[in-house]
Amino acid sequence: MSDTAPNSEPAHELRADGSDPVEELPPQALPLDAWHRAKGGRMVPFAGYTMPVQYEGIMAEHLWTRDSAGLFDVSHMGQLLIHGPDVIAALEALLPGDLKILKPAKMRYSLLLDEQGGILDDLMVTRLGTEQPFGEVESGDAFYMVVNGATKYDDIGHLREHLADEITLNHLDDRALLALQGPKAVDALDRLLPGVAALTFMTAGAFDWNGHALWVSRSGYTGEDGYEISLPEDAATAFADAICAEPEVKPIGLGARDSLRLEAGLPLYGHDLGPDTTPVAADLGFALSKRRREEGGFPGAERILAERAAGPESKRIGLIVEGRQPVREGAEVIDADGNAVGRVTSGGFAPSVQAPIAMAYCPPALAEAGTVMLRQRGKVHAARVVPMPFVPHRYVR
Amino acid sequence: MSRYFTQEHEWIEVDGEVATVGITEYAAGQLGDIVFVDVPEEGKQLTKGDDAAVVESVKAASDVYTPASGTVLEGNAALADNPALVNEDPEGEGWFFKLTLRDDSELEELMDEDKYAAYVARL
Repeated sequence: MSDTAPNSEPAHELRADGSDPVEELPPQALPLDAWHRAKGGRMVPFAGYTMPVQYEGIMAEHLWTRDSAGLFDVSHMGQLLIHGPDVIAALEALLPGDLKILKPAKMRYSLLLDEQGGILDDLMVTRLGTEQPFGEVESGDAFYMVVNGATKYDDIGHLREHLADEITLNHLDDRALLALQGPKAVDALDRLLPGVAALTFMTAGAFDWNGHALWVSRSGYTGEDGYEISLPEDAATAFADAICAEPEVKPIGLGARDSLRLEAGLPLYGHDLGPDTTPVAADLGFALSKRRREEGGFPGAERILAERAAGPESKRIGLIVEGRQPVREGAEVIDADGNAVGRVTSGGFAPSVQAPIAMAYCPPALAEAGTVMLRQRGKVHAARVVPMPFVPHRYVR
Repeated sequence: MSRYFTQEHEWIEVDGEVATVGITEYAAGQLGDIVFVDVPEEGKQLTKGDDAAVVESVKAASDVYTPASGTVLEGNAALADNPALVNEDPEGEGWFFKLTLRDDSELEELMDEDKYAAYVARL
């Protein structure tokens, strides 16, 4: 028995050209490394770190998160603090979101774009108010940004290259990042951090836990209600122990994180998004804020706005595959003559749907038929085009 | 009856000319939750080392090789509706296929239970 090539790897944040920027280096340990091992986590290399792919099993962990609450270690992600004169205009020159109307402690999903409108990374950006745990900032606006782990050093290089010298960019690499996701996350976390229940989706705030300065947002990557918690790395083990002592909470690995986000219709950078995809092709039009669409002035604006008006040549779609066999990343979308016209970018068996599901890029005209054909290792599978998410979002707004 | 094992974690149990093939408990544990199994059809001619079946977990797809040459007698039909049988009882009810052996001598290259246990212990 052996893994089939080429699309058998678990989720792994590769560059879009297939190279892995970090694979050559020995993977580093994150602050919770020993904690994961003690909890029975099966550790694998991921984005330059060793991380738990599962504890008791992906299926059980996935369903537990949908029913109760799961704790995810996402400390590999990059946490950045950006502040200085005219920081709003400076950031808006690099991404298509409206940061001007963003109120303090409010966050939004956005994209770092290259000059051709290709996606360099997807991210969350929060406008900070006066109360925040990330350290001194000069007077004026400050933003907290969370970027993907595998791209964080490229992102920092890109930001530093394009932001004026007067703007300060701090990599908060002494902080861990945890996500608590699921319908009972609010119950468990509010016991440790009274007041988090009052936060609404895409809102954040500063909290104190045993003298440690935390930043907590109501957000996540599973489609469920939940929180993301930034905390000093030396507090991470004690906090993970405390939250996992709550009866609703179990630790959850990368495997279930991938199946949960896939069911939630959320793209994964390096797989569903990359420099070859634009926000329009990726069906992320909501990330192009109204004022920014009207004014332009973000990288690739001309191409992106033209593509938005005319429709993209290829578009990210959701698929439910007939039968039980998973169709995974790398499978082809084929036309009636058997020509490859698109590609599956994520796919797997969906525990909450109880069927194989996938995301693929394909010409919109082909998707309109309602059914597309996929080819994987010579075998053809029919798949139904469905709106995403596959499992309804349950955000608390 | 005797049971042999491959380095790729298949087992083959031989009873006269008929053999049953599956994946080991170690392999099933490594794969995790199994969601799909594709077994060969009756009459298919297999040569030792051929891809004979596909097993898919939530994480990944894997090929299952035949540990010996022969003609497929039947695939385990129960796995179509209940692929999780491979997790529940990999070395029993979760078998993949049966075949009539072409060449007994091929079995000599395989590991017995003790050798396989020692092999897995080193992984």
